[in-house]
Amino acid sequence: MKAIEAVEITKVYPNGVVANRNVSLSVQEGEVHAIVGENGAGKTTLMKIFFGIEKPTSGEIRVFGRPVHISSPKEAIALGIGMVHQHFMLVPSFSVAENIMLGIEPKKGFFSIDFKKMEEIIGDYAKQLNFDVPIWEKVLDLPVGVKQRIEILKALVRGAKILILDEPSSVLTPQEVDDLFGVLRKLVKNGLTVIFITHKLNEVKQIADRITVMRNAQVVGTYDNRNITEMQIVELMIGRKFEYDIKRERREPGEVVLTVRDLDYFREDGAHVLKDVSFSLRSGEILAIAGLEGNGQKELVEILTGLREKAKGEILLNGEKVLGQHPWHLRKKGIAHIPEDRIEVGCALDLSIAENLISDRYHSQPFSGKVVYRKSQVIDFGKKVLREYNIKAKSPHTMVRMLSGGNMQKVVVAREMTNHAQVIIANQPTHGIDVASSEFIRKKLIEARDNGKAVLLISTDLQEVLQIADRILVLYKGEIVAHLKNEDLNETELGYYMLGVKRQEKIQGSL
Amino acid sequence: MKRTLAILELVRFVITVGIALLIGYLFLLFSTDEPTEAFKLFLTGPLTTQRRFVEFLNNSVPLMMTGIALSLVFQAKIFNIGAEGQLFFSAFGAMIFALYFPQTPWLHILVVLFGAALFGALWAFVPAFLKTKWKASELVSSLMMNYISYFFVLFLVNNFFRDKTAGALVSYRFPQSAWLSTLTRFRLNSGIFISIALAIAIGLIVYRTKWGYQIRATGANKKFSLYSGIKTSMVGFWVQLLSGAVAGLAGGIELAAMYRRFVWQSLPGYGFDGIIVAILARNNPFLVIPSALFIAYLRIGANIMGRTTGVAPEIVVVLQSLMILLITAEALLERFKQRAITKEAMKNE
Repeated sequence: MKAIEAVEITKVYPNGVVANRNVSLSVQEGEVHAIVGENGAGKTTLMKIFFGIEKPTSGEIRVFGRPVHISSPKEAIALGIGMVHQHFMLVPSFSVAENIMLGIEPKKGFFSIDFKKMEEIIGDYAKQLNFDVPIWEKVLDLPVGVKQRIEILKALVRGAKILILDEPSSVLTPQEVDDLFGVLRKLVKNGLTVIFITHKLNEVKQIADRITVMRNAQVVGTYDNRNITEMQIVELMIGRKFEYDIKRERREPGEVVLTVRDLDYFREDGAHVLKDVSFSLRSGEILAIAGLEGNGQKELVEILTGLREKAKGEILLNGEKVLGQHPWHLRKKGIAHIPEDRIEVGCALDLSIAENLISDRYHSQPFSGKVVYRKSQVIDFGKKVLREYNIKAKSPHTMVRMLSGGNMQKVVVAREMTNHAQVIIANQPTHGIDVASSEFIRKKLIEARDNGKAVLLISTDLQEVLQIADRILVLYKGEIVAHLKNEDLNETELGYYMLGVKRQEKIQGSL
Repeated sequence: MKRTLAILELVRFVITVGIALLIGYLFLLFSTDEPTEAFKLFLTGPLTTQRRFVEFLNNSVPLMMTGIALSLVFQAKIFNIGAEGQLFFSAFGAMIFALYFPQTPWLHILVVLFGAALFGALWAFVPAFLKTKWKASELVSSLMMNYISYFFVLFLVNNFFRDKTAGALVSYRFPQSAWLSTLTRFRLNSGIFISIALAIAIGLIVYRTKWGYQIRATGANKKFSLYSGIKTSMVGFWVQLLSGAVAGLAGGIELAAMYRRFVWQSLPGYGFDGIIVAILARNNPFLVIPSALFIAYLRIGANIMGRTTGVAPEIVVVLQSLMILLITAEALLERFKQRAITKEAMKNE
């Protein structure tokens, strides 16, 4: 029996982007169905249509064989569809139980909530899955893995028979991913259907029964997991042969360029997010700061780039104290920054590609004289960069809003790589973008290193870290817990440090 | 695609105006015995005589200038809607310079106009400073400054500068050296040339100078601009002062050319209409010129209709506002546009 089907679904967004083009897909009851594709291939849109968040422009959805119109998540839930979003939808100040039962609380009399019944219900579901969730604790302080379980319970309590997981592993450590897969297997054994969106192929191979590949808003095909290799999936995803050829040759680093000493920072909400962080960065090396999201990386980068104030300690750029300076000065002194969030920070969506590329140098030759801003020069530069960075856009006049995630990120990277900075701070430079663009950006970072630039890479992607970094620092709860040379390291080992299971007694080597 | 959208935008505008006119006509059916006659006057009134045509042009002068002022701040996504108060306060400033500065030909009127701009900038300084220093919402503070301007200026004019020989609550008359000339026997405000020139100049600043880039970038994404090294709070501060100066100039020109004394006992409303003008022009200073002419045409057309037919003046104002409301309603015909986008998008590739 088919659990859910999409028949000839087309979705056009108000800005003219076609996210799904005649997409047809059918998911069998009781299977784990993975949907893979590069960023912008239309996976998430299709799931949003299943869950009633977006309405299709045309086409039909069938749930257990019956054609349905799903116009809100509420209706989707009523049809037995549950969804766990990439960014969790939880109320941080509520307890686990309150979050799970939000809106469907069992009542005692007219007004009061039956907390005992609540605990019973949740306990039942948790026991079925061997979940260990702290029912009365606030969600706020719980680890991501637990938050995800809460989301799963939320869907199950509401009677989900089809569970959609959007990039569920992107926030988890390798160990947590294993746990998640255990849970998914149990769910399927209990008769549930699981739809699993991802772009991590090793995971797909591990867990999926069948795999649907999407590319460029269309379905390329659905395949049985046993009959397809990882490499074949990659080629279907990007539509061509793929060779992974990132090479990093050993190199002796040069002088120390950037030194961070005893950097200590309390966030506005009182959290102690950086605890006496010290390290130094040399020219001609890539130093990675690895760690799970939310261990102080965001704050560290913002302090280094002048976007966050009131930190204590010292930052030396070529021996000069620069802590607390405005980005204007820091950029002038040679710090480039690829920010974590390209949409909120890295681009102005409603300016053209060309104007985005010169936002840090619009004021100087050749783009401006003393007064006049030379649009033609800006466009010429845009044309050049479009070619060199292989950005897929009609012209440098195109608004950045129209670009896919990967191309948008290339615009950001192109700007930060062409400004002759000495230090490049790259925060999650390939987060959530397609394989080909990721590869391109990593190569560019290595190229910058080889040209004698100092690169600070902040990443939660272990593969990326192991692939391109020379040295690795692990940040855990605002502290540096390990300093490693990138030789004979593996993901599991790094994962232990990132989870806080292991830490070096004395940080090795010179920082 | 870009051209299709531009054409679509124009078609949309024409259709919206058409719908607005239809509703306006239906409205008139219920408020007068001669709806057709009244409606004709409303539509063609400003073109029927030279006097009326000049009246329409004169009305567009302050609208154009407040439109420029507001398009500047809106361009930087700053919601300083204090143009009304700035205009009122700077009209007072113009009066001070007109009455007390030595009556040197040429120099005097220049001082009056610059003085007005200065007073406007001064009034804009308050919300700009509060925003930069303490992050106070400029929307609230500029709105409050409008009230302060109104009552404070009225208090000063009525108590200290009132011409007791005049039959109304007005200030002393400006000396001739402080007049801005009017042309033809229908008294065309020569400020129209100043305002058109200013629209072009400000347009060039916005699109063709490095400060303009800063303003546009800050408006497009403030976080991004700060990250890129633009001193966004300074941009916000100066753009408000410049906007205040332009709005101020509007007040100075209006008094020096049209009334030659301080005559207002209520807010003239140009600052608020300027918001409409700016929005209709999509915050593009160049487009403020046609946009201000359009709003002025509607205003004067309705006034002429009110004067010459039996339509009650209140109804005239309601009709005016109704028309503007319909025309600026962005969402109108959005679906129509959406369908075209969908078609276009599916056709590609």
